[in-house]
Amino acid sequence: MVQKTILQQSPVYLDANATEPLRPAAREAVLAGLEQTGNPASVHAAGRKARIMLEEARRQMAAAFGREADCCIFTSGGTEADTLALHGFGRMEGRTIFIGATEHDAIRKAAPDAALIPVDGQGVIDCTLLEEMLVTHIAGSGDKPGPLVCVMAANNETGVYAPLRDVAALCRRYGAFLHVDAVQAAGRMREQDEFSQALKDGSLARASLVLSAHKMGGPKGAGALLLPEDRPLSPLLPGGGQERGRRGGTPALALHRGMAVAFEESQKQDWAMLEALRDELESVMVQAGAIIMGHGVARLPNTVSAVLPGVTAQMQLMALDIEGYCVSAGSACSSGKVTRSHVLEAMGQGEGAGQAIRVSLPWNVRATDVRAFGEAYARMAQRFAERGLLRRLASSGGTHG
Amino acid sequence: MRILVAMSGGVDSSVVAALLKQQGHEVIGATLQLYDHSGPAKPGACCAGRDIMDARMVAERIGFPHYVIDAENRFRESVIESFADSYARGETPVPCVACNQGVKFTDLLNMARDLGCEAMATGHYVRRVEGPEGVEMHRPVDRERDQSWFLFATTREQLEFLRFPLGEMPDKAHVRALAEELGLDVATKRDSQDICFVTNGSYAGLVEKMRPEIQGPGDIVDEEGRVLGRHEGIARYTVGQSRRLGDIHTGTGERQMVTAIDVPSRRIIVGPRQTLSSDESRRTVRLRDMNWLIDAPAEGVRCGVQLRAREGLRQALVRPLEGGQAEVRLEEPALPAPGQACVMYDGDRVLGGGFILADR
Repeated sequence: MVQKTILQQSPVYLDANATEPLRPAAREAVLAGLEQTGNPASVHAAGRKARIMLEEARRQMAAAFGREADCCIFTSGGTEADTLALHGFGRMEGRTIFIGATEHDAIRKAAPDAALIPVDGQGVIDCTLLEEMLVTHIAGSGDKPGPLVCVMAANNETGVYAPLRDVAALCRRYGAFLHVDAVQAAGRMREQDEFSQALKDGSLARASLVLSAHKMGGPKGAGALLLPEDRPLSPLLPGGGQERGRRGGTPALALHRGMAVAFEESQKQDWAMLEALRDELESVMVQAGAIIMGHGVARLPNTVSAVLPGVTAQMQLMALDIEGYCVSAGSACSSGKVTRSHVLEAMGQGEGAGQAIRVSLPWNVRATDVRAFGEAYARMAQRFAERGLLRRLASSGGTHG
Repeated sequence: MRILVAMSGGVDSSVVAALLKQQGHEVIGATLQLYDHSGPAKPGACCAGRDIMDARMVAERIGFPHYVIDAENRFRESVIESFADSYARGETPVPCVACNQGVKFTDLLNMARDLGCEAMATGHYVRRVEGPEGVEMHRPVDRERDQSWFLFATTREQLEFLRFPLGEMPDKAHVRALAEELGLDVATKRDSQDICFVTNGSYAGLVEKMRPEIQGPGDIVDEEGRVLGRHEGIARYTVGQSRRLGDIHTGTGERQMVTAIDVPSRRIIVGPRQTLSSDESRRTVRLRDMNWLIDAPAEGVRCGVQLRAREGLRQALVRPLEGGQAEVRLEEPALPAPGQACVMYDGDRVLGGGFILADR
């Protein structure tokens, strides 16, 4: 065997939007759930006990988003929940589908023929264009059911919030069904953010919502689709009729309990502290030559999307990983290959779409690590500048999106 | 030192990475993704999707970072397209040389420099020797696996930065044993061979698909233009070959070989093998895109030249010409295929080489 010759420090994890570190309370809940032998569908005592634990988690999740417990369908994660919604409301009900241009692949791949709702240069859904699309559609749709509009609450790459209240109002006005992928927003809610506001004022009462446990600090492998009302939905997996016939298969009791607890914990988080660290980091990165995406609009408190002009995302990821920092690019395929970001392309970034990295601070981030990362980033930019890769823009004020 | 290892996922480059790590270097593994793997992968060639996973597993096991580099566009343009173009001109290209020259030793090597590496290592079987007047390229110890012919286009500057640890290995069994010893799962993996991006075994089929204008049958004619037979498509022929000529030797009474490929008329031109091999006019070959690994002497250099991947040396005088060209005067007549490489050797040492031009 080869001996490790260099003792390596453990890497600094700054990729929370890919997956948050597990919160200790969620871990406890998962372990307790794993101890439970019964299948929630069984009639005996062990089954009943498991059932109660599952339903408690369901009630908790549903209530947090103002729904009845029966509106909550547990799934294996965000992708399954999104796919289930598009399959059930879109394909099975014959609705035309409109999706935001910066949606996650969970939505894009489930609705490959959907029309794209454009975003502006900051990544915000263009409501004027959405309205035009809805008007045009309704004029030519005859008796078809209203269209399905899919807009993510906050973008996974840039953290930019969608104007959900305006989008919801348009959907109401034109009889469209609204589906909101809240995977990134749900575990990072602050009172003033657009998602929280839209929930609070009832804008999302008629919308379906998607959640993912591991983006809140829960375990991987659990998610939920929250329907606006208890209604049937054509399942992807009919199986044994679990989840009221809407999702077959034995529910992952332990993981769903972990999700409920992670969400609860996320609401106790001091997001303002995280946001202050994020803002400090952004100014360091801008000093080093970066351009921050969506800088001018409301974003998740933990997310930085930064273009370093002239340097491929791949190169930045490698250079930072070698220094011991885990960050990511727009999208990486399962092989690990870094591809161009469709999100930044939709924002009109052109070349920049291949030159952006995402830094997303986890719930347990340490200020010293963020500052050390800022220094490593600046050193990297300096080296690329010396090698003639980095293009310093004349107007690199950094506020341009 | 910090050293980037180009990893294919095969046993050779895996051993290189593990050895360098064992020697205490800071190893960074990189695997080029050269084409889309969603199609049917070709096992046994060097770049199938599974190989990327194998490389990652080796890196994880040995304990160094590994990255997958997207080189699809560059590979398509610089290797696959020019491979097809070359065939469409009636040449017989060597895509592995183009790949080593561009994607590997230019792009990946620059990336290594950008990452602050002091060297880049590969699993090629060739030796890099620090000579009195700078770095030299030599044939490997294991002659069975000699890849020097495919690496002739490596510039001296690139060679300076490169490392080929397997050049010193006595044989492949030794490399496999090392892999075993290092605990690498790829120890028993089969060797790569052939052209990696030809997935169904027919390079001619691929070329015809990419350049449909050259597809289709045509005449086989002699040097005077008399029709001797028919052929299935010019992409199946290389200057110098005697196969695939059907039974035309029975008509002519002599064994024939291809002397030229005329693309516009889609004709394969043949001549009697016996006569050609003693044709005194076929002693001079012209080369383009020369890469000299020595300071090119104006009066020329006497050396052995190798005109095909698997062929012996021929004695020649190679003289540099203007515009990166060179003239090769062979001691014995030969019929080299345009597009192939002519590589110059002095004993074990590679002196340089160029690509064979169609005009004699």
